[in-house]
Amino acid sequence: MGLPQLSDLPDLGPLWLTLRLAASATGVLLVVGTPVAWWLARTRSPVRPALEAIVALPLVLPPTVLGFYLLILLAPSSALGGLWVRLTDSTLTFSFAGLLVGSVLYSLPFMVQPLQSAFEAVGRGPMEAAATLRAAPFVAFFTVAVPLSIRGFITAVVLTFAHTVGEFGVVLMVGGNIPGRTRVISIAIYEHVETLRYADAHALSALLLVFSFAVLAVVYTVNRTLPLHFR
Amino acid sequence: MRLGDFELEVAARIDTGRVTAIFGPSGSGKSTLLRTLAGLERRATGRLSLGRDVWLDTARRLDVPPHRRPVGYMFQEARLFPHLSGEGNLRYAAKRARRERQVVAFDEVVDALDLGPLLQRRASSLSGGERQRIALGRTLLAQPRLLLLDEPLSALDASRKMEILPYLERLHPRFGIPTLFVSHSVDEVALLADRILVLAGGRVTAEGRTAETLEHLDLASLTDRCGAATVVEARVVRHDPEYQLTCLDLAGQTLRVPKREHFEEGEEACLVIRARDVSLATCRPQGVSIQNVLAGSVCEVKEDGGSAFAEVLVDLGPHRLLARITRRSLHDLGLAVGSPVFALLKSVSLSKQRAMQGSPGRSAGEPGRLLPGPSHSNLRSR
Repeated sequence: MGLPQLSDLPDLGPLWLTLRLAASATGVLLVVGTPVAWWLARTRSPVRPALEAIVALPLVLPPTVLGFYLLILLAPSSALGGLWVRLTDSTLTFSFAGLLVGSVLYSLPFMVQPLQSAFEAVGRGPMEAAATLRAAPFVAFFTVAVPLSIRGFITAVVLTFAHTVGEFGVVLMVGGNIPGRTRVISIAIYEHVETLRYADAHALSALLLVFSFAVLAVVYTVNRTLPLHFR
Repeated sequence: MRLGDFELEVAARIDTGRVTAIFGPSGSGKSTLLRTLAGLERRATGRLSLGRDVWLDTARRLDVPPHRRPVGYMFQEARLFPHLSGEGNLRYAAKRARRERQVVAFDEVVDALDLGPLLQRRASSLSGGERQRIALGRTLLAQPRLLLLDEPLSALDASRKMEILPYLERLHPRFGIPTLFVSHSVDEVALLADRILVLAGGRVTAEGRTAETLEHLDLASLTDRCGAATVVEARVVRHDPEYQLTCLDLAGQTLRVPKREHFEEGEEACLVIRARDVSLATCRPQGVSIQNVLAGSVCEVKEDGGSAFAEVLVDLGPHRLLARITRRSLHDLGLAVGSPVFALLKSVSLSKQRAMQGSPGRSAGEPGRLLPGPSHSNLRSR
């Protein structure tokens, strides 16, 4: 476990791990969340409200609750965790893969909700027009729905990324605090405070603060400069 | 086909050689019928085919999705793709129609609809009329074998309508694509369509050549009251160059309308006379500016006690003319069935009856028949 660093600079390992985790979670959610958002935006199915509630759960649940259930679900003694051990020879808990699963669930609403409202704003009209112009549904999605929802995509990607960067509770429950594997930046700050190394905590906290501000500033700038019809 | 408590049931063979109007009051199922043909209403059941291609056959569980049906659909509100330029919208259609038989060329569409100045503009910066022109061009470039126009003029104000109408008029002669268009305006129908299919309450109530069908139709019950009109056929007798008028013969009586160059002498023209533009007099009026006065006799009077107006049907020999006057005038003039009467026409609109022997110019695709089922297998509710 964390030996005290000898240099004056705080260890930047947690920062890289955090960025890798956030990028991976965003990538996975873009692939998984887009079809979910599309389905939610278009369906007339009676199960829609239930699915919307499930997607929104991570917004209201304390991260420790989510993390607790994940810990049980992913543990090597569970069906899923056991299968993972047999397939990969490593555990899902206290590993990067486990963190990724946790982050994907934790950030799900931040990907799905902006996309869903963007798709709803596109509506059926342009998609019907594309269909009568011989565009198959898949083609129409990429040539019409995606360009018209581009603001939604930017918002969803940035919020998902930034939200995963700021994650703490789920990571602590599922991943613990293993340097290079599960010690992300928020955990590192927590530990620095616990061990009374306030200078290191200051440095990492300031870094996170500046990063978060920069990301949000970029989003709002891009959203403002994009032509109105991309809203 | 049932939507909520609305049921559309149509069994018709539509001759697709020319321009057919689907006409009826709002809520009669016109647009739903068009959407069903294009495959946009996925709940439709029955049988539907164009020529030899079957698009829908519920009995065989066949339902061709909209992007595989060779139709061109022009929506009421244009529905251009706002992220593309005018040209981008046209190319979108052209690109996906590469494998179709190329009947319509890009440059020809640009030329016919005067789209040149609009190509580089963003779709979102175009005016209503310009949007409709790009939408029409885009629809044509999809190389449709059947053109479906869903109230192409209804979203436009009167002056924009006049901007688009000439393009629509030239459409069939130039490209020869069988066309079905939906309208609730008698003027548009008389101007653009050779044949007409009348829908009311989700059922076909009349079908046939435009002038004949409209003439025998109780238009007052179909259109909103202000829109009630009479449609009759009249022959162009001569042009009067001095006063810039065109004289027409209507069953032995003469009508004069502002000169219309493209009518030949001796040609049949379709006249649309709105009921609200007809006044009645019991003797031939003197000292009025109205030129067109027709003599006839009252053959029917419809009075609605709850309204200020009454509708009077005037017998002109072979034709009957609908007039809308106030109930007060009706009683002051003492009009009753059989009274001799003079009809004063404030305005008359005129449209060309297309040659009935097929389309001029380009061939009209293969002569197809569009049949939402013969009588035993209809398009109907599930």
